[in-house]
Amino acid sequence: MTAAPVSEQSAQVDQLDALESEAIHVLREVAGEFDRPVILFSGGKDSMLLVHLARKAFWPAPIPFPVLHVDTGHNFDEVIAFRDAVVERYGLTLEVARVQDYIDDGRLEERADGTRNPLQTTPLLDAIAEHRHDAVFGGGRRDEERARAKERVFSLRTAFGAWEPSRQRPELWNLYNGRHKPGEHVRVFPLSNFTELDVWRYIAREGVELPSIYYAHTREVFARDGMWLTSGPWGGPRDGEETRTMSVRYRTVGDGSCTGAVASDATTLDEVLDEVRESRLTERGATRADDRLSEAAMEDRKREGYF
Amino acid sequence: MKRSTPIGDLLRLATAGSVDDGKSTLVGRLLYDTKSVLADQMEAVERATVGGGDPDLSLLVDGLRSEREQGITIDVAYRYFATPQRAFVLADTPGHVQYTRNTVTGASTASLAVLLVDARSGIVEQTRRHVAVMGLLRVPRLVLAVNKMDLVDFDENTYWRIAKEFFGLTEALGYPEDAVVAIPLSAKKGDNVVLSSENTPWYEGPTLLEHLESVPVAGADHAAPFRFPVQYVVRPRTDAHPDYRGYAGLVAAGTVHVGDEVAVLPDGQRTRVEGIDTFDGELETAHVGQSVVLRLADDLGVARGALLAVPGGAEPVTEFDATLAWLHEKPLRPGARLLLKHGTRTVQAIVAAVTHRLDTETLSVVDEPGELGINDMGQVSLTVSEPLPLDEYDEVAATGSFLLIDPQAGDTLAAGLVGRPLVARPLDRY
Repeated sequence: MTAAPVSEQSAQVDQLDALESEAIHVLREVAGEFDRPVILFSGGKDSMLLVHLARKAFWPAPIPFPVLHVDTGHNFDEVIAFRDAVVERYGLTLEVARVQDYIDDGRLEERADGTRNPLQTTPLLDAIAEHRHDAVFGGGRRDEERARAKERVFSLRTAFGAWEPSRQRPELWNLYNGRHKPGEHVRVFPLSNFTELDVWRYIAREGVELPSIYYAHTREVFARDGMWLTSGPWGGPRDGEETRTMSVRYRTVGDGSCTGAVASDATTLDEVLDEVRESRLTERGATRADDRLSEAAMEDRKREGYF
Repeated sequence: MKRSTPIGDLLRLATAGSVDDGKSTLVGRLLYDTKSVLADQMEAVERATVGGGDPDLSLLVDGLRSEREQGITIDVAYRYFATPQRAFVLADTPGHVQYTRNTVTGASTASLAVLLVDARSGIVEQTRRHVAVMGLLRVPRLVLAVNKMDLVDFDENTYWRIAKEFFGLTEALGYPEDAVVAIPLSAKKGDNVVLSSENTPWYEGPTLLEHLESVPVAGADHAAPFRFPVQYVVRPRTDAHPDYRGYAGLVAAGTVHVGDEVAVLPDGQRTRVEGIDTFDGELETAHVGQSVVLRLADDLGVARGALLAVPGGAEPVTEFDATLAWLHEKPLRPGARLLLKHGTRTVQAIVAAVTHRLDTETLSVVDEPGELGINDMGQVSLTVSEPLPLDEYDEVAATGSFLLIDPQAGDTLAAGLVGRPLVARPLDRY
């Protein structure tokens, strides 16, 4: 996408209004039709956008849903601090499902590659069952990845959390069908029609606060698989991998072991927006090792009940 | 008070075609030539292209494992691209007969549809079926993309033969002449997709992208009668707002101003709009497409499922005729007991009669068909358990549309359109 000429500006304000109204409509449909919805909330930008939109949807009432964080244990400290501050500020109820608990008692095994993103599925499904959530909001967008492009706004999941692409319900007009059987639940994606650029443009317009790691900062990193990774409890550079200190920022926030930073000097929202406009890489391709594993990495994880 | 601007005009379009018409390639070409494909996506396509050579652009859009294995599109995919002129949301819908329900899905929100045909085979049954779907759902504009022109030596006569047959179909479905264009192109080679082709000197019309960028978008109809399905009652009961009560929803049609009289349907009481609230401040006016909260002058016990409307329309009824696009393997037979979702209200429904079925091969209407099978479009008489404030689909699509749902399995069975557009239109003329 090329830089936006001036004439683009006015049309885009309208486009953001339309996306916001659609997302609010979806949030309210869920509040109207489900008993125990929950918002998946990692502190990342897409989930922060969900919380912001939920505030707008139910104002002047507080957000009528709790939030759920599936914690891989491989966190950026700034993001956890941010998560807790948001929960405090808006009086939210925070549920946490910890991958570490599952590893400690042997229900899950650490993977050879140290990545914990794929391990999130079981704690997520257990938390959904334990709290009897019937609707689960996710920040997924259709522009992220080819399998996500085929996702519905209301996505029915079996008791095993499985996504069955060939049995998806047709989704007509803005009439959403949330009917499900006991034990089944519906994943709901209010940001479906946002693109990465829309997200940043909307964050800028609304003044949505984000964890500091989305902006350029100086960090010690090492190169692996063409990405800049950072050391942490998940490990550090292997033999032969040299560290260097440079200015980076994160485009996505996930498990620290497989989320890469990009070299960047963008310290302000406007600079980040310019960078997103000019980027020649998708945010997942640039920064997520787990999505590069195979041609259908995301589809396979979604089928198993991933976000 | 904040001034409110009407919701803007990005173009939502749907594509449809028969198997192997090259639809995924066309969509891939649009994305590629508008520079909407990023480097890592293109590398993935190059890696996956069989046998080297030009990258297979269809791989940009066919995302599911079984799609790539079978080389066909199974499920509707949404694509986003933008040019300096306009932003686009494209619903890429499958061609195979068994996936026609996804074409209905894509068409339900589209203001333009691109139908593909292979220049070698011309109009086929799937094309007729797709045109009928687009016509029934009132997609305002159609484009016929006559693809694979390179395989017929860019022959002008071939193009015109197919275009004329298509214009006959669209005229029969009630499309005005200026709402339909036919473009000769080659998605694989790029002719007339984004750049004008030197191979079609006899064609003077726009390229596909030029047309998509310049075609007037049917603006939201602000003059339509006001319709507002209540989604949720906002009652904070907090110290700051102990007595606040507002009705949250999306304006489905028309416009509402503070002070307007509204009817609460289906009950029919009347009250006035006291305020229009949003998180960002109060509004004087709310337009179609805006999510707002309305405060009313009287406490009438309004709940989710009510429809707020300008008085004197959407008369509640318990028996009505409707046209269905049947989307499920399980056929529809008279006497079926189903759920019907209209706006934010779900009621029980009985199918009193299946009166007509559209024969998509001839676009003629078959009387008393007995049942509707998957992908059939037909006319039914319905009885519902509670009065519903309906509009004719042709007049107010948002409150003239509904879903039929299986009460046990929960599956979506049909898209419903209030009224009798099948029999009302002179389909048999063609």
